[in-house]
Amino acid sequence: MIQTLEKIIAEHPFFHDLPPHHLQLIAGCAKNIRFEASQVVFHEGDEADQFYFIREGLVAVELMIPQRGFTTVQTIGEGEMLGWSWLLPPYRWHFGARALQPVRALVFDGKCLRTKCEEDHDLGYEILKRFTHIISERLDATRLQLLDLYGAHA
Amino acid sequence: MAPMLEQPMTAGPALDPMLPRPYRILRVHHETHDTFTFELAPAARGEGFSFAPGQFNMLYVFGMGEVPVSISGDPVGSPSLHHTTRAVGTVTRAMQALKRGDTVGVRGPFGSSWPVEEAAGRDVIIVAGGIGLAPLRPALYHLLAQRKKYLRISLLYGARTPQDILYRHELEQWRGKFDLDVHVTVDRGPSEWIGNVGVVTKLIRRAPFDPAGAMALICGPEVMMRFTVMELQKLGLPLDRTYLSLERNMKCAVGFCGHCQYGPLFICREGPVFRSDRVAGLLGRAEI
Repeated sequence: MIQTLEKIIAEHPFFHDLPPHHLQLIAGCAKNIRFEASQVVFHEGDEADQFYFIREGLVAVELMIPQRGFTTVQTIGEGEMLGWSWLLPPYRWHFGARALQPVRALVFDGKCLRTKCEEDHDLGYEILKRFTHIISERLDATRLQLLDLYGAHA
Repeated sequence: MAPMLEQPMTAGPALDPMLPRPYRILRVHHETHDTFTFELAPAARGEGFSFAPGQFNMLYVFGMGEVPVSISGDPVGSPSLHHTTRAVGTVTRAMQALKRGDTVGVRGPFGSSWPVEEAAGRDVIIVAGGIGLAPLRPALYHLLAQRKKYLRISLLYGARTPQDILYRHELEQWRGKFDLDVHVTVDRGPSEWIGNVGVVTKLIRRAPFDPAGAMALICGPEVMMRFTVMELQKLGLPLDRTYLSLERNMKCAVGFCGHCQYGPLFICREGPVFRSDRVAGLLGRAEI
């Protein structure tokens, strides 16, 4: 069964309880996208004008380290959001992203959504609140990762 | 569904609990660079050994000392006794040097066990971190042996790097099963690693379970367990349906010496497996 973008978006926990007119605005900035395994989703340093809701597959968030190559700092999987650099100036990706498996996602036009958030601060506040929650969870996860909990003397 | 036990059932050792019995090493499995599994059999013919998933034994390296080690094998299907441990101290390093045919002393089994019978009729989420997979493996063997008694079963496992993943071959087999949902993540992955990178708590949302009835079994570093319990609570799983295994400096293993005292509890006797609400107020407190 083919689902409309608006329905897919409404069913995702990130967008729960948003009023229909906001969902409609958000859906207006979204489209379906696919990536093959190994395909780059975005490059570190490029303009960050999108974010992604991963519907299927796995994406590596990575950093190029000289003499070590690309190093994955975290992976983003099914049901998760990828990318928040579109929210904050200078709107550049701080890390790169690459599909590790075939990926099916929704891509949201960050520029379009930023404009709508500026025009409708209620929408802007909701989006910021929800992204702050994700950022906080990722910060907690990163802190735990840094603790090297499984090391011999942890 | 069975009622939730505040304290999981305990099966004590059959013989004098302070007397080590000689066991011969049948085989040594080198799981990772510092972690190994002993397959043991009683030196005395005809002597059996039964245990419940989650219990531990005291293993004695003659002339070196004794350490508590979780039992990591199949509680019913294996003729030998399995113990997985990591070489981190004097005794476990001496243990790592032992070979097939050598003898160790065994006391046990001690402590409480995973509530596998109470989990019947429920979704079960197993969350393991690092060597914490070892005491959970007997529970998983039990669940898989009695698969029809349980609803959805998920195994979420976090390791330091891909090289530190325990029971790799078995994990691959389990991943291939249609009736078991397996997710593995590492804290750090080399460029050729194409699996998950990140903490194990991030995998919880991928596990299919109904928080209204599910049960979680958790073992790993205490910080990891605290965050796992918090994440499960966020998704609606209450403390009285999450169980975790704690580790302290067990010496006598029968609650005499007090080395493993944790607030009002003796981990060796009342644990190592506790229902989370029983220890929630203790976890993370510096003064305990």
